Amino acid sequence: MNTILISLLVLGLTGLVAAVLLYLVAQKFKVEEDPRIDEVQEVLPGANCGGCGFAGCRAMAEACVKATSLDGLLCPVGGNATMAQVGEILGMAASAAEPKVAVVRCNGTCEARPRTSVFGGTRTCAIMNSMYIGETDCAFGCLGCGDCVAACQFGAIQINPETGLPEVDDDKCTACGACAKACPRNLIEIRKKGDDGMRMVVLCSNKAKGAVTRKACKNGCIGCAKCKSVCGNDAITVTNNLAYIDADKCTLCRECEAVCPTGAIHGIHMPLLEKKAKPAPAAAKPAASAAEGATESKGGFDPECAAKIKALPTPKASFPNMIKMAQNK
Amino acid sequence: MSNTFRIGGVHPHDNKAFSAHKQITAVPLPQKAIIPLVQHIGAPAKAIVNKGDKVLVGQVLAEAGGFVSAPIHSPVSGTVTKIDTTNDAWGMPMPAIFIDVEGDEWLPEIDRTDTLKTDCSLAPKEIINKIQAAGIVGLGGACFPTHVKLLPPPGKTAEVLVVNGVECEPYLTCDHQLMLEHGEEIIVGIQLVLKALGIQKAVIGIEKNKPDAIEHMTKLANRHLGIEVKPLALKYPQGGEKQLIDACIGRQVPSGCLPIEVGAVVDNVATLYAIYQAVQKNKPLISRVMTITGKSVKNPGNYEVRFGTPLSEVIAIAGGIPENTGKIIGGGPMMGRAMQNIEMPCNKRVSGLLFMQDCESVRQEPENCIRCAKCVSACPMGLEPYLLAKLSAAQNWERMEELNIMDCIDCGCCLFTCPSHRPLLDYIRLGKGKVGGIIRARQMAAQAAKAQAEAKK
Amino acid sequence: MKLIVAPAPHVHSGDSVRKNMLNVIIALMPAFIVAMIAFGWGALITTAVSVLSCVLFEWLITKFLMKQNSHIGDLSAVLTGLLLAFNLPCNLPLWIVVIGALVAIGVGKMSFGGLGQNPFNPALVGRVFLLISFPVQMTTWPRPIGFSGSYLDAETAATPLSTLKDAIKTGDNTLFESLPTMWDSFSGMIGGSLGEVSALALLIGFIYLLATKTITWHIPVSILATVSIFACIFAAIAGMPICAFLTTTLFAGGMMLGAIYMATDYVTSPMTPLGQIIYGIGIGLIVMIIRCWGAYPEGMSFAILIMNAVTPLLNMYIHPKRFGEKVAKK
Repeated sequence: MNTILISLLVLGLTGLVAAVLLYLVAQKFKVEEDPRIDEVQEVLPGANCGGCGFAGCRAMAEACVKATSLDGLLCPVGGNATMAQVGEILGMAASAAEPKVAVVRCNGTCEARPRTSVFGGTRTCAIMNSMYIGETDCAFGCLGCGDCVAACQFGAIQINPETGLPEVDDDKCTACGACAKACPRNLIEIRKKGDDGMRMVVLCSNKAKGAVTRKACKNGCIGCAKCKSVCGNDAITVTNNLAYIDADKCTLCRECEAVCPTGAIHGIHMPLLEKKAKPAPAAAKPAASAAEGATESKGGFDPECAAKIKALPTPKASFPNMIKMAQNK
Repeated sequence: MSNTFRIGGVHPHDNKAFSAHKQITAVPLPQKAIIPLVQHIGAPAKAIVNKGDKVLVGQVLAEAGGFVSAPIHSPVSGTVTKIDTTNDAWGMPMPAIFIDVEGDEWLPEIDRTDTLKTDCSLAPKEIINKIQAAGIVGLGGACFPTHVKLLPPPGKTAEVLVVNGVECEPYLTCDHQLMLEHGEEIIVGIQLVLKALGIQKAVIGIEKNKPDAIEHMTKLANRHLGIEVKPLALKYPQGGEKQLIDACIGRQVPSGCLPIEVGAVVDNVATLYAIYQAVQKNKPLISRVMTITGKSVKNPGNYEVRFGTPLSEVIAIAGGIPENTGKIIGGGPMMGRAMQNIEMPCNKRVSGLLFMQDCESVRQEPENCIRCAKCVSACPMGLEPYLLAKLSAAQNWERMEELNIMDCIDCGCCLFTCPSHRPLLDYIRLGKGKVGGIIRARQMAAQAAKAQAEAKK
Repeated sequence: MKLIVAPAPHVHSGDSVRKNMLNVIIALMPAFIVAMIAFGWGALITTAVSVLSCVLFEWLITKFLMKQNSHIGDLSAVLTGLLLAFNLPCNLPLWIVVIGALVAIGVGKMSFGGLGQNPFNPALVGRVFLLISFPVQMTTWPRPIGFSGSYLDAETAATPLSTLKDAIKTGDNTLFESLPTMWDSFSGMIGGSLGEVSALALLIGFIYLLATKTITWHIPVSILATVSIFACIFAAIAGMPICAFLTTTLFAGGMMLGAIYMATDYVTSPMTPLGQIIYGIGIGLIVMIIRCWGAYPEGMSFAILIMNAVTPLLNMYIHPKRFGEKVAKK
């Protein structure tokens, strides 16, 4: 009986002392915080992708609470709906931002851009880019190792095995910009999504002279500026042998697409132009075509190149996985 | 004192037998020569010839673009057809001068005889000027302009000239053969540099797998006071500048400093030979000796190649590209990079061409790191490659900087030794590039801030 | 023809995980032979069951739980099985051995993500689990009987370490006379777990490991040196025969096996030479504290596991000596 009593007393007293200590410490180190930060964080998606320009959702919430107006603050993942909610909590009007989407500005498919060498190092874009021109003769195009795929938290970007290029799923893409940051060749542009996803894009980033570009890739922009001359809205500029379409000025007339000699300009989510015999660009039809391509045609892949790539170290321990592993730790 | 460097190192198979003791042979002149304007570390050279100009061998084509830069001389005689871009060994464009070769006419002041000229009446300053004008850069691989090394910054004095005759890269034999065939000239080159620096002591480091070179150079060096040959135990990367200084004179260059910090100046034997040519014979740097080798190469050997000769022509002389080639490496197997474009012209940077067979060319699949610490004990700079690679993959550049990533000399010991075949150096090199960029950006910002503050005053 | 383009280096030492594991296994063979001579069938069967079940569990877990390609070809599971068996008495019921293997591989190794990820030595995790779960079976050691008779009914005996423990507890120096001779404990004709009895065989393996550069000297030497110094001082203060105390401490129990093969496990030991020496000294101190004042006569497993836990800390704070760290004297 005595033993039980003593144990109870000792334990109870220890507990009490600890509780008091904890309370005092908690009081001493208490941080006064605006309770609205928690509320705002609550409505943010919690992806911590950094697409808003802040370190994470918490930092974004703090910034929103501190700000005097919500202009310029946008959560690309949640979009206008989330910002409206945030505005409601803070009693401010949220300005509507146009929906955006990631666009890979390269259409150097296996077919159009022949492989001239095989990379035997660690197969990540960052390492390949720091080492040399890449497996093709294009010094600006996609390297195809999928650093962007690894960077995407939303599973919105995948490499199509048929073309060897990344494809963005418009529905999943939140335009957070992680892929654009990950791409060592700056191929990915966060661009206005357009009505029903319709947009005109130059799917090329090659700044080399026309002849060099053409030699490396059939689909490249050679900087001939024909598109510029047919554009009635001044939407197209050609700098460094590369055309660029200003999404704000473009009226989707498709004159440029019709006139482009190499087919570098594409109307995405638009019907095929009649004169075009080739199927729509890869980016317009995501996952489905990827599956088809894998089963039906290996046409794009040079078998020798494919075999060599197969023999190379697999991406198992590659950059994406290592990053993921490091992140999970 | 030990006869090798103190930290780390590995012992790759040297594979030098393929091309060792093969007489240096000259490669015929090309039809068209392409002379890149970037053949050294530092500012690119500026072309001073125009399309249609007639040039002679040894004539200046491009002048130095700054103090840390080197002029480029014409290795051939003929007509300049254009100044355009060509692709380097990795497919990236670089500016170059294109010349159609006509005959082989040299500038009259160049002494083309083989007679040894030992006495030199020039003042130190004049020697250095001649070296600078001849466009001489370090031919060991880094291509750092030599005259910069010979002019120590204020407050620092040179004490010892360390001569690199180590050639620790497996397969390569060009320096070895050069020592055997042109030992006398190298010794004169050493004396010239000693005079230029105003010092008396030189140490020639040669690894023990070249006993004939050690014997030959010792015999020649014994005739001169202050020049000493130091036979070194075999260990890679002994030819690394810092490792060589440690091995030869037992001093360690502090992290982030140049060899002059410990009073040492390092030059490769090929550079010293070029210095001899430039000072005594008025011959600028227009050719170099390179090794062409590999297990299945028909005529492996040491070839003297004029700059501007497309590598494919050099390869043709050596018997063409073997059937089963997987990789062609510019340089040795430990530090050379595999090339994409063999049409690239030979230049000051290429010390050899190595043909690797298919089966040797593909790396093994990486396995999990088993934390065996072999990379740590192999690293000659005392870094922790396993950790740096992991941090680089996680893009933790700040921590990498704290762990002295910038000390890495790219020697490849970590990847060479890793039992799990992990691509350590791939990631470390990537991280080094990023951290280097961050550091440069910070320095620029600091300088800009300083300039702004001064402007305000 | 397409060239392969790759960054340097283009050659490799030819070393592999498999080769390293194989070297350790080869180094353990002399001890295994002595174990067979000493314990006969028991040694063989226990080892076989332990190795087979470790490999089987690794294969099952990688295949069905982790859904990856299995890595049993790297021989690390074989080594874990071998080391686990070497830490068990040879007359242990086989079902206990299988449980030990499951804990070693399943909990000790694969639950952390497989080879290279585990913070603790898997074989020791298995062994300590068994020691705590089945204390009676795990602490009755048969006398060395060779291949004669049924190994399961072998006569059991006190180990030199428990005798030593009694001597420490009671202060009765006459107990030292009942200890085996120096040669017996050195060569392995004493009671104990099956692989740990012969210091001689284990040392031969150590020389092989050093010669093949599989391990460096730092960890084993620092452990054994710490233990020797500690033992001498302790015996001198307690007024015990120093020589007998020292030989029993060094040659009996898991000291050699632990210092040479278990503490040097790549995955769970520090990366830098200085870290390894600190780690070794730590193990030496802890094992002697347990042996002299703790409840168990043997403490090697616990000492190694405790220092395993310290390893990440050592890796974080202790860095190798860098080239040119000290500014050279002019």
